[in-house]
Amino acid sequence: MTSTLTISALTKRFGPVEALTDVSLTLAPGQRVALLGHNGAGKSTLMKILLGLIPYDAGEVTVCGALPGSATARVQVAYLPENAAFHPALTGEEQIRHYLRLRGEAPSQAMDLLARVGLAHAARRRIGTYSKGMRQRVGLAQTLIGQPRLLVLDEPTSGLDPVSRRDFYALLDGLAAGGTSILLSSHVLTEVEARTDRILILSKGRLVAEGTLTDLRREAALPVAITVTPAADYQDSLASALPGAVPGPDGTLHLTCGQSEKLAVLARITGLGARVQDVDVIPPSLEDIYSHFSRRDGQ
Amino acid sequence: MRRILSTAVIEFRIALRNRWVAIAMVLMVVFALVLAAAGAAPTGDIGADRLSVTVASLTSLAVYLVPLIALLMSFDAIAGEVERGTLPLLLTYPVARAEVLAGKLLAHLLVLTLAVTAGYGAAALAAFWSDPASLKGIPALLRLIWSSVLLGATFLGAGYALSSLARRPSGAAGLAVGLWLGAVVLYDLALLALIVSDGGGAFTTRALPAALLANPADAFRLFNLAAAGASGAAGGMGGAAAAIPLWQSALSVGLWPFLALGLAIAAFRKVTP
Repeated sequence: MTSTLTISALTKRFGPVEALTDVSLTLAPGQRVALLGHNGAGKSTLMKILLGLIPYDAGEVTVCGALPGSATARVQVAYLPENAAFHPALTGEEQIRHYLRLRGEAPSQAMDLLARVGLAHAARRRIGTYSKGMRQRVGLAQTLIGQPRLLVLDEPTSGLDPVSRRDFYALLDGLAAGGTSILLSSHVLTEVEARTDRILILSKGRLVAEGTLTDLRREAALPVAITVTPAADYQDSLASALPGAVPGPDGTLHLTCGQSEKLAVLARITGLGARVQDVDVIPPSLEDIYSHFSRRDGQ
Repeated sequence: MRRILSTAVIEFRIALRNRWVAIAMVLMVVFALVLAAAGAAPTGDIGADRLSVTVASLTSLAVYLVPLIALLMSFDAIAGEVERGTLPLLLTYPVARAEVLAGKLLAHLLVLTLAVTAGYGAAALAAFWSDPASLKGIPALLRLIWSSVLLGATFLGAGYALSSLARRPSGAAGLAVGLWLGAVVLYDLALLALIVSDGGGAFTTRALPAALLANPADAFRLFNLAAAGASGAAGGMGGAAAAIPLWQSALSVGLWPFLALGLAIAAFRKVTP
């Protein structure tokens, strides 16, 4: 199957500043990809380029087989901007009906779309009276119009409470299952971890890492943390048996080791028998991996 | 077409809720009635019916008020969307920028049409009430209405262009006020000063007609006065109105809206959200 989005060697400059340098990526149908990066890393710029909102300086971008921002591309792409905003004098229903007509769909679907994002009760109220989370849901509702092939979501869960976030990702899963490719940026790394197929890390306009979480974890080769809880009265003998372990304030011992040594270290600990009460293995978190990649390039 | 209409419906709804429809209508009705009342005194001497006299007065009113209302409605059209942050999302929709502007123009023109019809209509009713012969003035009244709508379209287009150039509502408002002062007030003052200093020389005979036709507000005034043959009732510009053929002022009134809208589309295309 052909890819929904292809970007190769994309470069964008704002005056002397390179906002994006040599960025390449492809997105297959039904794939969910998370774009991570600090503020100013180039996430929003990349999104605006593939939506055709701003021009780029070099490279090639193909969206649904067409140029970004062309009529063909715009019909098939839906966008949720960061901090979705609408005219405060319109009601949610009027706004969605308008968006439906602009996409050539029946405006009668408006209530159904608003119900899918849990806004049916407020559909006839003016958007000016909505909370930030409610506006974000109006934004989300408009992305569901007409089964888009590519969904571009800029910080989609900002302003949503945890329950709404779960519902939101459930909606995305449904869309992806229907073949929609999803590119989303997020600051909340833990939710990205569970809900996306692939992670891209942008740092200062460069794509510094790309892959599944397992890939990234392996590539980063960050040390694994092991916490050993000694059995009662064995704290001192355990500490001497595990050289290099750092005692914590609660009496536990903390060790770190490389991925490859993990099993050997664990075997040594389990070999200590009854002196060990419990062992916890803590793999590097997404936060650790993220800062590893974005720092490595930044220096 | 469906996209333009949908945009127009949304924009008209916003204009209703922002009280623009009410403000524009009240403004036009109040001023028109004041003019109708003030113009009641000199009837009889001119040999024209009351409505024709009223139309001549309304023409002078429209030259100031219609551009003002048009600019007030349009300066926020693009800059407001930029400031609210609604523009990026709109531009990712399969709708051309020209279609967005056309939709806004349609809605704002409807508001203007309602306002001038209400205002002129009120003045016309006052004229009928005091002089039944006013029926003769109806063609002049209708001409004033449609030419006012065209004048409004010109300044709406100019307002969209300024709104696109300024990108911020405060800047756009400043530019709009500047344009209004320049095109409607200072332009005529400058021409007047030139005529006085020229003393009936080459400027008055050659450049003045072109200068009047080049300004949409002046062309509108010339067109209505010349077409109504009511130059005498309006005075001032009367002499100039008689000297310039009707088709020339009609052409200027008819071309300006397209020119202004073309400028607006060109300026809007340059906006990167």
